[in-house]
Amino acid sequence: MSEKQTGTGLMGWIDARFPLTKMYEEHLGKYYAPKNFNFWYYFGSLALLVLVIQIVTGIFLTMHYKPDGEMAFASVEYIMRDVDWGWLLRYLHSTGASAFFIVVYLHMFRALIYGSYQKPRELIWIFGMFIFLALMAEGFMGYLLPWGQMSYWGAQVIISLFGAIPVVGDELTLWIRGDFVISDATLSRFFALHVIAVPLVLLMLVVMHIIALHEVGSNNPDGVEIKKNKDENGIPLDGIPFHPYYTVKDVVGTVVFLIFFSVVVFFMPEMGGYFLEHANFVPADQFKTPEHIAPVWYFTPFYAILRAIPDKLLGVIAMFASIGVLFFLPWIDRGKVKSIRYRCGAFKLLILILVVSFIGLGYLGALPATEGRTMFARLFSVGYFGFFVGLWWISKNETTKPVPERVQ
Amino acid sequence: MSSEVDNSRRRFLTAGTMVVGAVGTVMVAVPFVKSWSPSARARTAGAPVEANIGKLEPGQQIIVKWRGKPVWVVRRDDKALATLGKVTDELRDPGSDESKQPDYAKNEYRSRKPEFLIIEGICTHLGCSPSYRPEITTDFQGGFFCPCHGSTFDFAGRVYAGVPAPTNLTVPPHYFVSDDVILIGEDGVA
Repeated sequence: MSEKQTGTGLMGWIDARFPLTKMYEEHLGKYYAPKNFNFWYYFGSLALLVLVIQIVTGIFLTMHYKPDGEMAFASVEYIMRDVDWGWLLRYLHSTGASAFFIVVYLHMFRALIYGSYQKPRELIWIFGMFIFLALMAEGFMGYLLPWGQMSYWGAQVIISLFGAIPVVGDELTLWIRGDFVISDATLSRFFALHVIAVPLVLLMLVVMHIIALHEVGSNNPDGVEIKKNKDENGIPLDGIPFHPYYTVKDVVGTVVFLIFFSVVVFFMPEMGGYFLEHANFVPADQFKTPEHIAPVWYFTPFYAILRAIPDKLLGVIAMFASIGVLFFLPWIDRGKVKSIRYRCGAFKLLILILVVSFIGLGYLGALPATEGRTMFARLFSVGYFGFFVGLWWISKNETTKPVPERVQ
Repeated sequence: MSSEVDNSRRRFLTAGTMVVGAVGTVMVAVPFVKSWSPSARARTAGAPVEANIGKLEPGQQIIVKWRGKPVWVVRRDDKALATLGKVTDELRDPGSDESKQPDYAKNEYRSRKPEFLIIEGICTHLGCSPSYRPEITTDFQGGFFCPCHGSTFDFAGRVYAGVPAPTNLTVPPHYFVSDDVILIGEDGVA
């Protein structure tokens, strides 16, 4: 027999042919995570949970949904009224979409305050940003599928953004839509992308994100590398095996999350028009734009930046820049200290400015624009971009508190 | 036979194989990319459409579907036409120099006949469909208002300055088949 076979029985037989035990140990049983994970560390595993919810409910929704300009709206109503438990499948999926963004925004915020994007975790952050992009693509294309008024005009506005690109803009929007306006052709291709293409990319990125994480090891609220202090067996002194310690912790997070999730699914699936917008209960009408159109809440911060700028092309550039700048975060932050616990007061102030600006933009982006609101949106846009400029500025020669050798 | 490896030959062959492979990949991608262009059916649906305007009263608007887009036909009354000269100073592109329209509509009225405005009801900002606001008030001289981002246009679809829309509304090719019938989508001869 092969020398690799160390175990006996079925596991030994499998391990000689597939590295099952090795994979289990690398990622769960002998993956040593810092022992001081706190509340903020729930959201990675919750994001995985929501991904599973979305995939499972999505598969079952495709069994009843019709990606056809004539039938799409009616097929969603059919799911809601006639398919056994169809309403539950749909509400799980629509609530899951919003939950995904809540969890991911909190997950990203965690990385921000504890410096989890800093060296040597730049690639984890970049894979994560691509996951965020893929998620936004999923959210945007999925929102067209119910073929309601907001689906239709939201997609019309977002695709028109590409028309702002000089020279090729008009041809590009025509190519994306596959017609002179949003039509059945657009709906069908968005369905294919939403159901097959983007989920495949998303799954691949999630695997890369986790492999990169487990290669480098997790950061922690103190921002110290636990791999610097190992015992005689090479195990980090401040590390504990992911299973059972963090699997059990994450079960608690899962239960609490599912309580909140169920409250929304069963009692307020529309969330007052934020998770499912009221105008989307009217079938798409290509001749009539709703009185007020706004994207779903998770896009509103970026939409507010777009609207804050009176020039079409500059607005589009600013909106894409507000997402693009995040990719460069590991290099914008020139600091050597990771955790907010040991960074200077200016860093804490900048984080506060970012949070206020982001939430402010999100709030304004959901409302119709008025002169006063536009002024605030401009102020918050400056705050949002100011975070990155300020971070670059202060992190060069930052006065930090002493960072402990080991996890506190 | 020599046992020495000819490295330059090996490099040439490796590079050659890679280039051929890359060219092939790009060529195979073409059909996939092209399949996203408007299909023959979608292009046929873009054929010109006729509209009967004989029963249109002054001040009224009808909406005609052309290429899936709303095309407005508005019969402007004298009051509406009178506003066009007054608002010129408030417009971004009063001469329609940066806007899209056939040459015969590049005038103050943006139409062949001053009375009839034929224009695409798609905001040049982000593609919403503005609404017709024929009421003339002291604040707003009448025209069109886009609910999405607050762009305003005068009775000739010319954009006001200081709103997000960059250019005037687009005038589609059109001509009068007779006094009562227009054809949208072709320039015609007249």
